[in-house]
Formats: sequence, structure tokens, C-alpha cells
Amino acid sequence: MSANGDRPIGFGRLTRKEDPRFIRGQGHFVDDVQLPGMLHGAVLRSPVAHARIVSIDASAALQHPKVHAVITGRDLETRGLAWMQTISADSQAVLATDKVRFQGQEVAFVVADDRYSARDALELIDVDYELLPAIVDPRRALDPDAPLIRDDKPGQTDNRIFDWESGDRAATDRVFACADVVVEQDLVFPRSHPAPMETCGAVAQFDQVSGKLTVWCTTQAPHAHRTVYAFLTGLPEHKIRVISPDVGGGFGNKVPVYPGYVCAIIAAIDTGRPVKWMEDRSENLMSTAFARDYAMRGAIAATGEGEILAVRVDVIADHGAFNATAQPTNYPAGFFHVFTGSYDIEAAHCHVRGVYTNKAPGGVAYACSFRIAEAVYLVERMVDCLACELGVDPAELRLANLIRADQFPYECKTGWVYDSGDYERTLRKALELADYDELRREQAAVRARGELMGIGVGFFTEAVGAGPRKHMNILGLGMNDGAALRVHPTGKAQLSISVQTQGQGHETTFAQIVAEELGIPPEDIDVVHGDTDVTPYGLGTYGSRSTPVSGAATALVARKVRDRARIVAAAMLEASPDDLEWEKGRWRVKGDPEKGATIQEIAMAARGSVELPAGVEGGLDAETVYDPPNLTFPYGAYICVVDIDPGTAKVRIRRFIAVDDCGTRINPMIIEGQVHGGLTDGVGIALMEQIAFDADGNCLGGSLMDYLIPTALEVPDWETDFTVTPSPHHPIGAKGIGESATVGSPPTIVNAVCDALRPFGVRHVDMPCTPSRVWHAMTEGMASTK
Amino acid sequence: MLVTTSVNSREHTRDVEPRMLLVHFLRDELGLTGTHWGCDTSNCGTCVVLMDGEPVKSCTVLAATAEGHEIRTVEGLAAGGVLDPVQQGFTEMHGLQCGFCTSGMMLTARALLDRNPNPTDAEIREAISGQICRCTGYATIVRSIRWAADHAERPAAP
Repeated sequence: MSANGDRPIGFGRLTRKEDPRFIRGQGHFVDDVQLPGMLHGAVLRSPVAHARIVSIDASAALQHPKVHAVITGRDLETRGLAWMQTISADSQAVLATDKVRFQGQEVAFVVADDRYSARDALELIDVDYELLPAIVDPRRALDPDAPLIRDDKPGQTDNRIFDWESGDRAATDRVFACADVVVEQDLVFPRSHPAPMETCGAVAQFDQVSGKLTVWCTTQAPHAHRTVYAFLTGLPEHKIRVISPDVGGGFGNKVPVYPGYVCAIIAAIDTGRPVKWMEDRSENLMSTAFARDYAMRGAIAATGEGEILAVRVDVIADHGAFNATAQPTNYPAGFFHVFTGSYDIEAAHCHVRGVYTNKAPGGVAYACSFRIAEAVYLVERMVDCLACELGVDPAELRLANLIRADQFPYECKTGWVYDSGDYERTLRKALELADYDELRREQAAVRARGELMGIGVGFFTEAVGAGPRKHMNILGLGMNDGAALRVHPTGKAQLSISVQTQGQGHETTFAQIVAEELGIPPEDIDVVHGDTDVTPYGLGTYGSRSTPVSGAATALVARKVRDRARIVAAAMLEASPDDLEWEKGRWRVKGDPEKGATIQEIAMAARGSVELPAGVEGGLDAETVYDPPNLTFPYGAYICVVDIDPGTAKVRIRRFIAVDDCGTRINPMIIEGQVHGGLTDGVGIALMEQIAFDADGNCLGGSLMDYLIPTALEVPDWETDFTVTPSPHHPIGAKGIGESATVGSPPTIVNAVCDALRPFGVRHVDMPCTPSRVWHAMTEGMASTK
Repeated sequence: MLVTTSVNSREHTRDVEPRMLLVHFLRDELGLTGTHWGCDTSNCGTCVVLMDGEPVKSCTVLAATAEGHEIRTVEGLAAGGVLDPVQQGFTEMHGLQCGFCTSGMMLTARALLDRNPNPTDAEIREAISGQICRCTGYATIVRSIRWAADHAERPAAP
């Protein structure tokens, strides 16, 4: 370490390479792109949730002196562009032709000289709607008399999207029939929204001579978007360049292809001028990928002594008007079927029905790891309900049922093979950090005084790093990632990766992986990402997959370079490669450690005149594509302490203790930041955030005045710690950390709220646990216990 | 209409629509894209700049209203190539991830430290409570501002 001051050459705390531009205001986001002659687009959106379009009159808008074009669904229909394929292989309207199916749906696209004029012109478009009844409650969507939302789809006769099961229904029923204790609970994981600080947008530029389309886009998956644009527009893929510049937060919101992007592309091709489209905050909240919206009926079976035997769940999944969820093909409910969580049980079964409603499309977003957020919420709430029923401590119940360290690799009852873990150690560490027994004593004391203190315990297992191509793909695209490493003659290097960053710090972390493998200081390694013209193909940054997949590709491509360097070093040192050994940054002769060559010397020689063995190419460049053999399974134990004001029912989080295990830790500073951010998501989801609708399908969460996100005043100073259980199959043992805390914290917080309300006989409160909901739970509890 | 505003101690005159917001004046007319835009309702604070030393949400200030006032943006935080301790603090303590809220957060921090050089953590949280960060969970932002308070006198490294 000393060779580089206090900056590690490899893993360790390292301030970020991307920070200097941001702290100077020199970041480059999509809305910062300014091109000569650029026009501005704006989307006209439906004011109602369900209606037939009778007519659209854009003549007044076209008269506006600053308007260049108005595009409607009819215009697109004649070119076969009115509908596009979603990433779930459903169809979605780019611009509505027949009906609007949710409030905020895209109806027309205006192109004008500037953003204000484009907005003005939207007011000049006259759309005549014939109102239809809206379906808002997903449980109503399957009623036989429910209005048909997707009458555009041949053969679609109801509002069902899919009907899917996992696990063994018969075996689970048998276990439930014989169990001493069965607890059932209805749980709603409400619709929330990732709401990244930067909204979605694109700048499209089409070179009419070369036929090349360049799209600067707020995307988490630039390569996948390029392929989708090729499918959609018919442009050859090598003539499409997608650039994902600095992206102001993603959280899954920036995975799908949105109609606004497509309209900007079409408008750029049509007008011959670059077109920028940036949505506003209301458009972001009302029309882009929401998260969750799972109505679940859970059940848990156990022995009287507290051995958990089985879990089952029946889910109605609200996917909105179009099925646009990111899901790896074979799993329409994403990874929801890891709902057996961290417990060793005998049987499990889940049944998920996906339905259309007159709401915005989406479902998989907001750091949910393909619906593991919903799965963990279910099982962790059910375990707490069981603890309540049995009258046992929720931490003790978990300790008695967690998968034991000697059971890994562990195959759960729905077929997932957990790679590694020592769950008990992690939970015990969290209990110790929290001083759990003392907290329980304090709680007993303050309860006697009428104070409402709650202690929530949660444990989660994530499944990230999608994924093995034999099991997973999106639209037929295998979920693998590439990496290309070029080592320049002076020993400086450039790493190109297929994932990109929305704040996760890839430019730093991935340089550290190369540094660890090759001994080149991280500051000598540039990480190139987010530009399809200069990076290898891969599926993007979401589902905590960057470190598990691209991180592995990076380690392996560095090892390829190291292997080549060995051959070059052998030629330099006039030794056999077999007689060399690696010490970080240097190949040296075994038994003669003074004799060796540094990676920098080798890099120069590789491009120089050293005579290489026959068949060995010069240079130290290498490329690789990584197909993960399995997912990785990070996990953690969380404890939350809340105080509820008995006068206002407001929940205050006093402490939050998070002990995470993400395997090998590359940069602890960045890991801590990822955990902090996820915990804050959890506070928002558990206590504040909801995209609600009225009975007519009007969105009630369409601005940040209505959709409440935690500020610095709602969250505590986080208490974090860790254990390290490396993944056995990942080249550096790293498991990923991006979404652990968002997945693990909501049930922990709700467990704490329900624990605080135990004196009122309250077993469950649905999220978000707002003062109003908590107050109702308290008063209903009081009424029923009288 | 002609609007003349002093931004980072330089006068700028532009012919703009009376309704133009200060955030768009800074970004689109002056090319100062370090100030961001994140909501329509003055809730998110990514657009915060200093007007006569006080934080304002530039999406809620007309460019014309800013005439005669001194505006300071993120581009004006460093002096003579030397970073403000707040900028250094955000790097040292990992006070940013995606970088989108960062400009506004740093300017609010600067204003806070100008009026209260040694704030408590509670005062720091209160000061930034009109701004949203989706990435950091705020604790590292608090630490960053604390770092800046603790290093107020130290000349920044080049």
C-alpha cells in the first residue's frame, strides 16, 4: 500500500474518480447536451385513465410559429411505429391510436424551437375522448364483467397477463394440513416509484448522409436499448449509437424504453435536426416504471415449538396497462419465487396472477432485484406474524430457523441454489451491535409508561447478478457482460465495460478490480462505459448485476492480461513462464525474487522488440465475455428501533442497524454509500411513498408534493457493519450490494412499527405506515381489545 | 425583455421571455449546466443556487427577478482553481453518488457555513431538509459538510 501513499492499489477505501467533475458542476447529463439546430419535443398525455380516442385535431398547434411538427398515433400507424415491444415482449403504444389506457399515456408529440414553445403547443391540440370505465383495483380486474383493457390484442378476452406458479402445491398443502400452527395474513406492497432526481429524457440526432442515429439517453442499459431501437425502427444496429452519459440516478426507472425516447428518434429522423425530449417530474411519476403493486395473501405453517415448516402465497400483480416489467423471460414474476427467504423449510408454493389495470405500466423497478423486495417483505412479515402468534421473540424465531452455514450451497424449495452464507453469525452480530436484550428491557419499561417503542428484526437473502444464459434472457438477449482491457506501452490502462454507472461508482470500483489483479494503480486506469460504439455488448446496470457479472468479466480479462504478461516477462527475463511467480504488479523468477519485471516494464516490452514465442501476439490487450454460472446471494440482518408518538401516530426511526454480507468488499466507502441509500429508500417505502389512485384512475402521486420522499430529517444516522462470506463461484468472491438495503429494510421497519403497536393488539399495518394508517390501526386495535 | 444578472461575479445580459425561469436562464442561456432541474414544485432542490448568499430554488425564481442580485452557482464555488472546503468534503466523505443533487447541496452547505461556521449535525440536517438526495441516505452529506466545517482554514490541495 505504501507504494501509492495511502491510496490502495486494489481493494480498499478510495475516494471516487468520478467526483472531480460533479463537485465542479461539470457532470454531463442528457439535458446538458446542446447541439446546433436542436429542437425540443414535448408529449401530450391523456388526462383520463380509460377512454376511446374519437378525434385528434392538431391544426392549431401546427399553426404555432415555433412548431415544426406534431406527431400522432395515426401518423405512426401508417409507418408501423404506433406500437413497440416492451421488455416483457408485450406490446405498448408509442402514441395512442385507439384508446388511452392510463392517465398520463402518450397521445401526441410536439416538436418546437424551444422547450417553452413545445409546452405551449400542447395546449393547442384538441383531443376528443369518449370515457370508458377504469379498472383501478387489480382484484377487480379479473371479475368476469370487468371492462377489457387490452382489446387491441387479438385473442385477449380478459385482463389476465399471466398465471404462474412455483414450488410444490400438493406438498405444501400436505404440510399445512398437519401443522400445529398456521398464520395467514393479507399484505399489500403498494405501488411506489423510484423517482430518480434526474427525470428521463433523450437527445436524438440522425445523420442523413451516413444514416447514423446517435441517441443520448437516460438509460441503464445502453446496449439493450440499441438492439431494441434496431428492432423498432428497422435501422441497422451498427448505424445506431446509444450514449448513456452521466445519469442522475436510475434505480430501475431507466431500464425500459419509453415512448418519449422513440418519439425523439422519429422526430429527429423526420425533421433532420437533433431533437431533445426531457420529461418533467409529473410525467416521470405518472408514466414511467413504477415499482411493486403486489396484493399478497401469505400463509406460514409451523410446529408449536416454532419450527417453520412451509410458506405459501397467492399474489395479484398489478402491471398496469401494458406489461413492461423487466423480467428474465422464464419468470413472469421476476425472482419473486425466492420468497422462502433465509429459512430452511420443508415446502413452499407461490401463485402469481399478473393483471392489466388502467394504470401506468411497470412493476420491476426501485432497486427490487426483480421482485425480491416483494418476496423478502412477504416472508419477513409472515415470520413476524408467526412470532406474534407463538408469543416468541422474533429474533429467536429467526435464529432457530435460518439456513445453517453447513447447509451451503443450499437449494431452496423453489429451486434456487444459494451460493454461500453464515446467516447466524450475521444476525448475532446485528443483535450485539443493537444491544438487543437491553432494547427489549427498555421497551418493557417504557411500555409500562404508555410509550410506543418498537423493535423490528429483519433478515434477507438477495439473488443478484442475472444471469446464467441457460436460464435467463431479456427479449432473447442473454444476460452476459463483456470487458475489454487495453494496457498501453507506458503501463497505463483503459478498461471498457458493458455496464454503466448511475452513481454506483463504476469508474472507481472497476479500476480497483483491475488494480487488484494487475497491480496497476487505480489512477492509471480509465474506465470507459455508457457508449455502445466503444464498449463491449452487455445488458446493463440493474438488479445489482454490475459487480457480479461485469465485475467478474473485469477480473477475468485482467487475468488474461496477466497470463500474457507472464509469457512476455519470461521472454524478457530469459526464463520459462513456469519458473515465474506473480507478486502484485510484477512477475518474478521463483527463488530469485530480485529478478523480475513490473507490469509497466512488461507493457512496454509487449509493444517493443522483445522476441516472443511463436504464436504469441504482441501487446497486452484482452477481451472477454462472462456468463455467470449462478446468481450470487448477498444477505443481511437488520434491526430497526422506532418510537411512535401516541398523540399523532407519527413514526420516528430512532436507530437502524444494518449488517450486510456482500462477499468480498472492493471499496468499503462505496459499499456503505450503497447501503445508506437503500436504507433511505426503505424508510420512504415503509413510511411515506405511495403512488395512489382515485376510483376513476386519477393518479394522486403525480408530484413531489404528493409523493413524499425522505429528506435528511426523516432518516437517522445509519449504523452499518458487515460480515464477509465470499461467493465461491465469482472470480473475486464479490456478490453485489446495490439493492440489498432497499430489499431488506421495508419489512424491518414495518416489523418495528407493528412491534410498537402490540399493546393495541395490532398484528399488521400496510405500507406506507403513515400517521393516518397507524392512527387507524391503534384506534381499531383499542376498539377490538375492549 | 433584456435581463441583466450578475452570476459568479460576472454580469450577463440576455434577451429572454419574461416567464423564463432562472434555472433555464443559467442552463440554456449561459451554459452553466451545473445547476440542475428535478421537479416542478420546489420540492427537490437540485436547482438551488445562492442569491445574495442565500439559497433559492432557481426553478421558482424568474430570471427577471434575479436582475440586480448576485447569483452564485456551483461553477463559482472554487476560487482561483482552489476547491471550496465543501467541494473537498463531498469527495472525502462520499457525499455524492450520481451527482445530480450535489450542486444544490453544496451551495446550501456553503450558505450554512457562512452564517454558522460550526453547525451541529441537527443544524446541518435542518439546512439541507429542503433538498432531496435519492442516493446517499444523507449521512455522508452531513459528514461532508462537517468535514468542510472542520477544514475551513486549511488551504485546499491543488
